[in-house]
Amino acid sequence: MKYIISDVMTITKRQLLQLARIPEVLVFSTIQPVMFVLLFRFVFGGSISTGQPGGYVQLLMPGIFVQTVAFTLAATAVGLAEDMKKGLIDRFRSLPISRGAVVIGRTFGDALLNILVLTVMASAGYAVGWRPTSGGFSIFLAFLFLFMFGYALSWIGIYVGLAVKEARTVQSVGFLVTFPLTFLSNAFAPTTGMPRALQYFAEWNPVSSMVAACRQLFGLKNEFGATASSWPSQHPLETSLIYMVLLMVIFIPLSIRKYKNTSL
Amino acid sequence: MKSVIADHLVKTYRNGEVKALDDLSLDVEEGTVLGVLGPNGAGKTTTVRILATLLKPDSGIATVAGIDVIKHPDKVRELIGLSGQYAAVDETLTGWDNLVMFGRLYHLGKSASVKRAEELLERFSLTDSARRPIKTYSGGMRRRLDLAASLIVQPKVLFLDEPTTGLDPRGRQEMWEVIQELVKGGVTLLLTTQYLEEADQLADEIAVIDHGKVIARGTSDALKKQVGGERLEITVENVDIAKTQEIVARISTSAIHTDIRTISAPVTTGSIALMEALRALDEAKIHPLDIALKRPSLDDVFLSLTGHVAEETVAEPIKKKRGGKK
Repeated sequence: MKYIISDVMTITKRQLLQLARIPEVLVFSTIQPVMFVLLFRFVFGGSISTGQPGGYVQLLMPGIFVQTVAFTLAATAVGLAEDMKKGLIDRFRSLPISRGAVVIGRTFGDALLNILVLTVMASAGYAVGWRPTSGGFSIFLAFLFLFMFGYALSWIGIYVGLAVKEARTVQSVGFLVTFPLTFLSNAFAPTTGMPRALQYFAEWNPVSSMVAACRQLFGLKNEFGATASSWPSQHPLETSLIYMVLLMVIFIPLSIRKYKNTSL
Repeated sequence: MKSVIADHLVKTYRNGEVKALDDLSLDVEEGTVLGVLGPNGAGKTTTVRILATLLKPDSGIATVAGIDVIKHPDKVRELIGLSGQYAAVDETLTGWDNLVMFGRLYHLGKSASVKRAEELLERFSLTDSARRPIKTYSGGMRRRLDLAASLIVQPKVLFLDEPTTGLDPRGRQEMWEVIQELVKGGVTLLLTTQYLEEADQLADEIAVIDHGKVIARGTSDALKKQVGGERLEITVENVDIAKTQEIVARISTSAIHTDIRTISAPVTTGSIALMEALRALDEAKIHPLDIALKRPSLDDVFLSLTGHVAEETVAEPIKKKRGGKK
């Protein structure tokens, strides 16, 4: 147990080395979110009118940030499934290392990647007119929220990767989970246009809370909320925090146990 | 002292539908090499996975260096090295990266990890390709690196799961040399293989397994004697089959096997048996289409031990899809 920190760091370092050895992964994992920023900004930006100063891009950026960190769930899952398939996990499991180190190390690696991706996206957003109006501390807090949300989700990724095992299936499962979650939310359009049932879903969707929280922290009114009187839309920061803690409390022990017992 | 003991191991998959291990027992004397020989799906990998703490048996006991693998897996992991079909290295990283990483995971210091990695790269003739990603390695190089990774900390017991499966003859030869070198160093080794020749080359003792059970064990010589060592194989025209069978029956004391026009039987006298057969055939005015003395294969061992040829069973359905065989 006394080596857990060094074990975790070694695994995280491995992941960073992987990125250094195949820089394409890094390039594409940053190009995709930038592409989303540009597409949404210029495709929808012209036709969706908002009451915010600065226009649609102000509302869009928090949505894209949240969507992007949510998508990394799939990357975590695929990476783990590939390690399982190639037998690397077996090798790790035969070593005298702390049980949680391999999965914890991976979530750290993915978290570091998220920092980079968020930085690149923020720059892209700035380039197309995104200007947060709150203070420096609030902006920092927003990114901290995004970072933590990504981290919490990567534990779902770990669980999915260990449970599904086949990398290609994992990829599909990842998208099946993250696509509806990110679109059935207030991220890109007002939820008021959705059927009633979906509105409720969108209102309680963690993605919506996160997006609303970020909007608030970036100094915006959360315009896209539907039933504005609901608890989550009135307390987006608290709701987001609760969701993050809940996800971690559930999925960290679950994933570590799954890793220990995993056998193909 | 026994370094490895597997005692009445049972492991089933899919709720008991598939029996991977069916009361399997074996042991390895300290400082010796046990070759576990069997076809795909016989239970070789399952046995290794249980002994290497990766899998829990349904019942039975296993110990490595006197430590119970089920009760104290952490202690066992400090003493073993595992390499083979399914325990792998990171293919996107270089050989150097991998060995340093594993050094760190064995809790060597930074400089000690680097030093050990360089020693092992040198020892396995991989220094020149140390800075290349593993995916650019040949099959043989990849296996050598994999083996090196299991030797970071001199293990008390080494498990090699089909170390040469999928390698070309040259790669196989290189791998054998490396393993022989290790064995000279006195490591206790449990090695699984599909090739009798490999077990013969590397193992002090061989355990033949089939359908999750040990069906024979002994030294290579003893086993070969049981199989009959070499086989005489004669192919003749259809009209001559009966007569040839008679001739072969005189030379061989064991069961004769006839496959279309090829009559074969184990012989113990090597080339003398071949000459005897030629003389007898000549006297009988039979001109064989082909005649040869064959070294026993896994199939022959199985044929002689079980009466059926080694057949691939599907006892380990999930694992067969996984990487390693490249």
